[in-house]
Amino acid sequence: MTFLRTIGRTFLSFLWGVGHLSLFALTAISHCVRPPFYPRLVMRHVIDIGYYSLPVVGLTTLFTGMVLALQSYSGFREFGAERAIALIVVVAVTRELAPVFAGLMVAGRIGAAIAAEVGTMRVTEQIDALTTLSTDPYKYLVVPRIVAGTIMLPCLVIVGSIIGVFGGFLVGVYKLGFNPAGYLSATWDGLEWIGVLSGVTKAAVFGFLISLMGSYHGYNSRGGAQGVGAATTHAVVSASILILCFNYFITELFFSL
Amino acid sequence: MTTTPKIRLSGVHKSFGPKHVLRGVDLDVQPGESVVVIGGSGTGKSVMLKCVLGILSPDTGTVSIDGTDTTKLKGRDRIDLMERFGMLFQGAALFDSLPVWQNVAFGMMQGRRHLPKAQARELATEKLAMVGLPAEVGLLSPAELSGGMQKRVALARAIASSPEIIFFDEPTTGLDPIMGDVINDLIIKSVRELGATALSITHDMASARKIADRIAMIHEGHIIWSGLPSDIDGCGNPYVEQFVHGRAEGPIRMPVRAI
Ligand SMILES: Nc1ncnc2c1ncn2[C@@H]1O[C@H](COP(=O)(O)OP(=O)(O)O)[C@@H](O)[C@H]1O
Ligand SMILES: [Mg+2]
Repeated sequence: MTFLRTIGRTFLSFLWGVGHLSLFALTAISHCVRPPFYPRLVMRHVIDIGYYSLPVVGLTTLFTGMVLALQSYSGFREFGAERAIALIVVVAVTRELAPVFAGLMVAGRIGAAIAAEVGTMRVTEQIDALTTLSTDPYKYLVVPRIVAGTIMLPCLVIVGSIIGVFGGFLVGVYKLGFNPAGYLSATWDGLEWIGVLSGVTKAAVFGFLISLMGSYHGYNSRGGAQGVGAATTHAVVSASILILCFNYFITELFFSL
Repeated sequence: MTTTPKIRLSGVHKSFGPKHVLRGVDLDVQPGESVVVIGGSGTGKSVMLKCVLGILSPDTGTVSIDGTDTTKLKGRDRIDLMERFGMLFQGAALFDSLPVWQNVAFGMMQGRRHLPKAQARELATEKLAMVGLPAEVGLLSPAELSGGMQKRVALARAIASSPEIIFFDEPTTGLDPIMGDVINDLIIKSVRELGATALSITHDMASARKIADRIAMIHEGHIIWSGLPSDIDGCGNPYVEQFVHGRAEGPIRMPVRAI
C-alpha cells in the first residue's frame, strides 16, 4: 500500500513538474514576441554562449572526428577504406555527434551558469527588486538567454561540425595515409543537405532547452546557497537528458519518413 | 477624517504550506503618513510587505492602494502600479551585474520613463549624493561595497524615481548605531522631500520611534496594537511592552529549550 502510494505521489509530482515547466516555457515564449526588448542583453548572452563556448565545442568535436576516423579504420581496412571513412565521419558528425556533444558541453557550461546566476538573483531578492523597478523578470532575465541560446547553438554546431570533419581528415591523411584530395572529394560527396539541416535543427532545439532549463531551475530556486547548488545540478542533468531524448525524436522526424 | 487611506490591508491571510504566517492583517496608512510595523523575527513582516507590493499574492483578503483593490492586477497594470512604489529590500538586493550608478538609475532607464543614459547617470549621481555617497562610488560594483554602503545605495535606488509610496524592510538592521541613525535621517528626509507615504518594518525600536508617525505591532499574524510613538511606553499592552523593553519574560514565548 505504501509502495503504491509512493509511486502515485512520485507520478503526480512528475506531472506537476511537467505542467509547471510547460507553463514557464509558454510564458517565456510569449514574452519573446512582446516589447520591451533588451537587445543589449541578448548581445551579452550571444557573446557568452557563442564566442566563449567555441574552444570547448571545437576541442570536443575535433577529438570526436579524430577518434571516429581511427575506430572506423579497423572495420573498413580491407575495402575502400578511404571513401567509407570520409563518409562515416561527415555523416555522423553533422547529423549526430556535433549537435549532441556540443549540446552536452554547452549544457554543462552555460546551463549551469544560467541556473547559478538566475538562482542567486532569486535567493538574494534581486528578481523581486526587478519587479519593483517596473521590469518584467521574464523579459529581462529569461528571454535574452533563451533567444541567445537558440540562435547561438546552431552557429556553434556548424563551426563544430567543420572542425570535427577536419579532425577526421587529419587522422585520415596524416595517420592512415589517405590521399587528401580523395578524402576531401569523398567528404564532399557524403555531405547531404538533410544531414546538415537536421543537425542545425537539433542545435536550435538543444540551445532552447539548455537556456530554458537553466532559467527555469534558477528562477524557481529557493533556500540560499544550497538551493542554488541544487538548481544548478538539476539544470545540467535535466538539460542533458532532454537533449538525448529530443535528439532521438528529431532524428526520427527527419529520417524515418 | 474620511480620506481614503493610501494603503489599506484588510483581512490579509497568507500561508506557506501548513505554516499560517499572516492571519488576517488589517492596516491603514494615510497619505503622507509614515507607519512603522514592529514585531519579532519571523512574524511575517516581510511577507506582509511583499503582499502589498504584489510579489506575493494573499490567500484571502484585499490590498487597496488609493481605494482600489490591487490583488488581482496583472501585466501592464501591475507594472504601472509599480512605478508608483519604491522598495528598500532587507538584504539591499542590488543587481551585482551592474555598477552602482546603473543600479540607482535602473528604474529610470527601464520602464516608460526611459531616460537617456547621460541624464540617468547625472540623476544617479545626484541621488547618491543625497545618501552621502561620492560620485566615484557609482563606478564600483555592488560587491565592492560594505553592508552599510549597500543599504545606502539601495535607499538611493528606492527613492530615485520619486515614488509616491516607499517601503522600507529593516532599513537599519545589521548596521552600526551611527550608520543606522544616518539611514533614519535619510529616510525622514527623503520621505519629507518627496512628500511620500512610507510603510516600514523594523525590530529596531530606536529607528521605529524616530521615523514613525504611527507604530503598529504585528504578532502571530495579526496587528495587535497601533498608536503614536509617544504612547508606546505606557500603552498597557503586555506584548508591546515586552517587545519595547526587549525582555525574555512575558507573553511572547520564544520556543527555546532551557539549558
Ligand atoms: N517564500 C516563502 N516560502 C516559504 N516560507 C516563507 C516564505 N517567505 C517567508 N516564509 C516564512 O514566513 C515566515 C515569516 O517570514 P518573514 O516575513 O520573512 O519574517 P520577518 O518578520 O522576520 O520579516 C517565516 O517563518 C518564513 O519561514
Ligand atoms: Mg524580514
